[in-house]
Amino acid sequence: MTKIILPELGEGITNATIACWHAKLGDTLQKGQEVCEAVTDKASFVIEAPASGKLTSISVNDGQVGLVGGVLGTIE
Amino acid sequence: MIPRPLVLCKWLKRFANGCDRNAFLEKGDTLKCPLSFFLKSMVPEMIVQDWGLIDYTDAYERQKDCVQKVIAGAQDHLVLCEHPAVLTLGRMTSPDSLLYQRHEIQERGITITSVDRGGDVTLHAPGQLIVYPIFNLNKHGKNLKAYMQKLEELAVDLLKNFGILAISISGKRGVFVGPDKIISIGVGVRKWVSYHGLGINVSTDLSLFKLIKPCGLNVHMTSMQKIKGHEVLMKDVKNKTVELFRERFYD
Repeated sequence: MTKIILPELGEGITNATIACWHAKLGDTLQKGQEVCEAVTDKASFVIEAPASGKLTSISVNDGQVGLVGGVLGTIE
Repeated sequence: MIPRPLVLCKWLKRFANGCDRNAFLEKGDTLKCPLSFFLKSMVPEMIVQDWGLIDYTDAYERQKDCVQKVIAGAQDHLVLCEHPAVLTLGRMTSPDSLLYQRHEIQERGITITSVDRGGDVTLHAPGQLIVYPIFNLNKHGKNLKAYMQKLEELAVDLLKNFGILAISISGKRGVFVGPDKIISIGVGVRKWVSYHGLGINVSTDLSLFKLIKPCGLNVHMTSMQKIKGHEVLMKDVKNKTVELFRERFYD
């Protein structure tokens, strides 16, 4: 299982809102594929799949706030 | 006297800048001076391109190509252009943000297009200078907050150069003159390469903004021309914008 993590976005940024997921639960993802978009401090950041596999969970849904370093979802 | 390497490097860089500074005055790609090709190969710098008046979706495709190039290791790109009248709907566009029916808007010759960015509705039209900095942020601090702040400061500085006192407001996107918004800012980042950027209202037809709630906010838009009360040349704004980007990101 590989965790999709909200990456470091810069000093002083501790969280970000997930604007939208591009993938649905059960979708087969390729490593590097765009999975969701985090919005913080007036900018949006595209988050990519860290590994190939199926999207098996989404922990932070559209409109919810995720913590930097926290898990957004998992791929198996 | 023999210049020290750092001084020489800076001199070459400035010389290269001077060579392509006027390149964007003509529609098409940058670097009209053959010598600057040689200098570019020695000094990493941004590539300035002017795409002229270009359809939003065409520009977006070209922008994506540039992003891929920069991700692959190419120099930063600074793109300048204008778009024919278009409403772009971000992923978080509220249904209330369009103040007229879609067909009424389209009958006025304005295209409506959905885009894969966050944020609400935005209007682009001729007279609005669009600036797309496609920068590798790994080389500029790798910090979204700092990058956004730098863009806002640059925008305020740009207006100051034209005698306009503007401010950025904490928590609000863009740059304001009093309560009115004059520059919109929206940035996307992929693999730490930035895209989208600034919409600077130089001489935009402000009546078009009455069709929407810009960025979903109850805010009025203004332009440099409206504030100054006389014509502001797009060419001058482009020149100053490029100069400030060089100063802020490369000096």
